[in-house]
Amino acid sequence: MCLAVPAEVVEILQNDVAFIDVGGLRKKINLSLVEGVQTGDFVLVHAGFAIEIIDEEEARKTMELFEELACLDEIR
Amino acid sequence: MKYVDEFRLPGTARSLVRKIRELGTGATFMEVCGTHTMAISKAGLGPMLSPQVELISGPGCPVCVTSDMDIDTAVAVAHMPGVILATFGDMVKVPGSHGSLSDASAEGATVKVVYSPLEALDLARSESDSEVVFLGIGFETTAPVVAATILEARKRELRNFFVLSFHKLVPPALRALAATEDFSVDGFILPGHVSAVIGSRAYSFLPSEFGIPCVVAGFEATDILQSVFRLMQALTARPSVAIEYSRVVRPEGNQKALSVMYEVFEPVDAEWRGLFRLPASGLGLKEEYREYDAGAWPVEIPPATGDKGCRCGEVLCGKIKPSLCGLFGGACTPDNPVGPCMVSTEGTCASYFLYSYDEVD
Ligand code: SF4
Repeated sequence: MCLAVPAEVVEILQNDVAFIDVGGLRKKINLSLVEGVQTGDFVLVHAGFAIEIIDEEEARKTMELFEELACLDEIR
Repeated sequence: MKYVDEFRLPGTARSLVRKIRELGTGATFMEVCGTHTMAISKAGLGPMLSPQVELISGPGCPVCVTSDMDIDTAVAVAHMPGVILATFGDMVKVPGSHGSLSDASAEGATVKVVYSPLEALDLARSESDSEVVFLGIGFETTAPVVAATILEARKRELRNFFVLSFHKLVPPALRALAATEDFSVDGFILPGHVSAVIGSRAYSFLPSEFGIPCVVAGFEATDILQSVFRLMQALTARPSVAIEYSRVVRPEGNQKALSVMYEVFEPVDAEWRGLFRLPASGLGLKEEYREYDAGAWPVEIPPATGDKGCRCGEVLCGKIKPSLCGLFGGACTPDNPVGPCMVSTEGTCASYFLYSYDEVD
């Protein structure tokens, strides 16, 4: 029930309304729960609202960690 | 980057499983999020990690922890003349002691499934002769969304939109669990999206008062395995709350979402299935927003009928696995559910039934 999906913000209108891209479709969401969203940001969407901005830098770090783990295993 | 496929890495998952098995301690960890429960079952992580690590589910499915009494109240409100009850789909089939919302609808009540509470707001505008009640079920992930909708209703001056708030707060439930005398869980896998809102600091009492290490986890199998691995390492270190899901979760959480949530709601005592009544563990509408509160309506609820033999309460506290319930897989299946843990796709009984066939016998 706490399911939230990542999606890119493609257009920001007035009154906290924005459009995200979901598999090529534009979907309307509400931005009133997050501070400072910009077009091109990825947000987590839950029940029609963005609940957090995804941190690209942190995402990259986690991925690097995962890749490192996989490589370590190949070496063994 | 799309933030989904990049984190689905079978190679990493395999090496994490191996590393966890090498540490082999016989630890038990509890996940407290229905979405984690589902992900764990789907990826078959339970059997992969056992016997080194035992994964058990806690009270992480909002639908499942909702009490019969609250479901009965929702059903009674749905039956009131002129009321349209709007709800997330997960709640429709959950049986209370007098049937579900779906039964109510078959008996003539108007029940509408919405994806967002904002849809219920649109409904209130188009159906101005009706009173639209949104059934507020969910944890801190969902409560800010419902709060923002109430603020929007005020802005749009809608007088026929109401909320029946049964929202619940995760930390008080974890405190109650951790304080249970025979509680023997070595670590918590904490919910990613609840934590996106409340932040990892909200759980600091778990390591500091109870000595239980925690990791806030993302939702891919690799995220969960990485979190288990970190919990294993934490067993021999000073316990803390770590964040594996750092692409989304910050120690302080989402302050804006929290401020919207606490603008509209305040902590109230709440009834949890399996945990009984816990102080300040739910959210009710504040005095200033009472005009939107369907919880204040006088409804008549017939007294609860007899015990159905469902052991959801024990399942939700991690005391028993679903297969120990005598009804599991026989009298109780997803097609014919007796308790909420079998109705919701995130329910522990449903995940066990759908993904671990060997447990059915
Ligand atoms: S199997 Fe069905 S009856 Fe048994 S605890 Fe689970 S939901 Fe309740």
